[in-house]
Amino acid sequence: MGVTQILFWFLSAMAIGSAIMVITAKNPVHSVLFLIVTFFAISGHYILLNAQFLAIVNIIVYAGAIMVLFLFVVMLMNLNANAEPIKNRTMQFAGIIAGGCLFLVLTAAINKAGNVSSPVQLNVGDYGLIKNLGKTLFNDFVLPFEISSVLFLSAMIGAVVMGKKEE
Amino acid sequence: MLLALDFALILEKLVLILIVVMASLGIAMYTTFAERKVAAILQDRRGPNRAGPFGLLQPLADGLKLFFKEEIIPNLSNKFLFILGPSLAMMTAMMTSAVIPWGDKVHLFGRDIALQIANIDVGILFVFGVVSMGVYGIMIGSWASNNKYSLMGGLRAASQIISYELAMGISLIALIMVTGNLGLKEMVVQQQNGWWNIAKQPLGFLIFLVCSFAECNRTPFDLPEAENELIGGYHTEYSSMKLGFYLFAEYINMFVSSVIMATLFFGGYDCPFVDESAISQGWAAILGVSVLMAKVVAFLFFFMWVRWTIPRFRYDQLMRLGWKILIPLALFNMLVTGAVILYFNK
Repeated sequence: MGVTQILFWFLSAMAIGSAIMVITAKNPVHSVLFLIVTFFAISGHYILLNAQFLAIVNIIVYAGAIMVLFLFVVMLMNLNANAEPIKNRTMQFAGIIAGGCLFLVLTAAINKAGNVSSPVQLNVGDYGLIKNLGKTLFNDFVLPFEISSVLFLSAMIGAVVMGKKEE
Repeated sequence: MLLALDFALILEKLVLILIVVMASLGIAMYTTFAERKVAAILQDRRGPNRAGPFGLLQPLADGLKLFFKEEIIPNLSNKFLFILGPSLAMMTAMMTSAVIPWGDKVHLFGRDIALQIANIDVGILFVFGVVSMGVYGIMIGSWASNNKYSLMGGLRAASQIISYELAMGISLIALIMVTGNLGLKEMVVQQQNGWWNIAKQPLGFLIFLVCSFAECNRTPFDLPEAENELIGGYHTEYSSMKLGFYLFAEYINMFVSSVIMATLFFGGYDCPFVDESAISQGWAAILGVSVLMAKVVAFLFFFMWVRWTIPRFRYDQLMRLGWKILIPLALFNMLVTGAVILYFNK
């Protein structure tokens, strides 16, 4: 077992453990903090795959910006363990079925993905490095890239329109 | 073999990390002293002059005082997060220095040692990622204190940092468009061989400078700790060395952002009008480190100068400056930079 293997298992345990803590923690602020830990573990996996750009963007965008806003909302609304509403049986049952379906799809996807016996690719494959990623993105996938940026722009305008006070 | 590692490399990096951490702590310590001295000079006073010759032992005395103070953890606070807050603030402040090139190579013990802990592909983005983490120390600490004033301070800090990060990022994009890569080391080498980036990106530098004042919570953007509205801001409930960590992290942040600005826009360890390749490697490294430090000292003095000259903004003015002036200005800068690059590469 090499260093990368040890790192892989460590990061996997961290990701899954903290993801479980996100849904089991009673205090919403703790949930948010565990979600941040999960994002860090996933970024670690990206680095193991030599996708440095993806790793750092995951940290900047998700852990650095979106989770700060989550934390903001949770702190401002003063949610705590007592404020959690009691969900009825039907809701819980529906949740179990929905979660189970997602689990099934994900398992099938991993099963179909082929060779996953080497989850760590350190120092091999430089596809995730910025230069190659940029070239691929702006040559082969320029149309989807531009379309998604238009999508982001419309979402941004939508947020501004909704956030504006009524005249 | 279970762990096939290059132990010499690990040892080299560990020593380098130790030196960088110790140096930034020491410099931050004396920045607190310099701040008091500069304030005194600007206000026509003498400043601290009792502890040691010229008051040089004052930072040690301050540190000792903080250590000996009573440590209070509020009863209704969240104890784990209350301790985690200042630790995170300190950690994120120190982490940025990992990608900074402090100088060129030196040849020691038969090895070429690069004076940079990690030269990674995403260099400046790493700095940006760590800076965006910095807000957690403040938010977690302020929430865990279970105090309304602390929470208000923390929320102010968070919204301020998020707002100014945008303009900072856009001004960085323009810089990256000019340099064509993200590695800090490569940027310095480029500036050694050509013009400093300040000549190519003056507006970008100005935006970056204003934003780094806001990111460090320095005056005129120190709304998170506005004492006449919020008692002490996000660290109202903190005492003893935990308070010290928060205050100290601010000075480390100041030091690191000075280094980043010097590296990005002012040639890093490049000494102007000197051809580094003409002198021996060891002397070039010493020269490089001292030139970088001279630039950093100049920036630190500028931080203090502004603090004791310009009064604090109002919170709505701060937000207006960030969103309605700096971001459009940064976008304009990016567009102009793109147009110029397109024109010359045609």
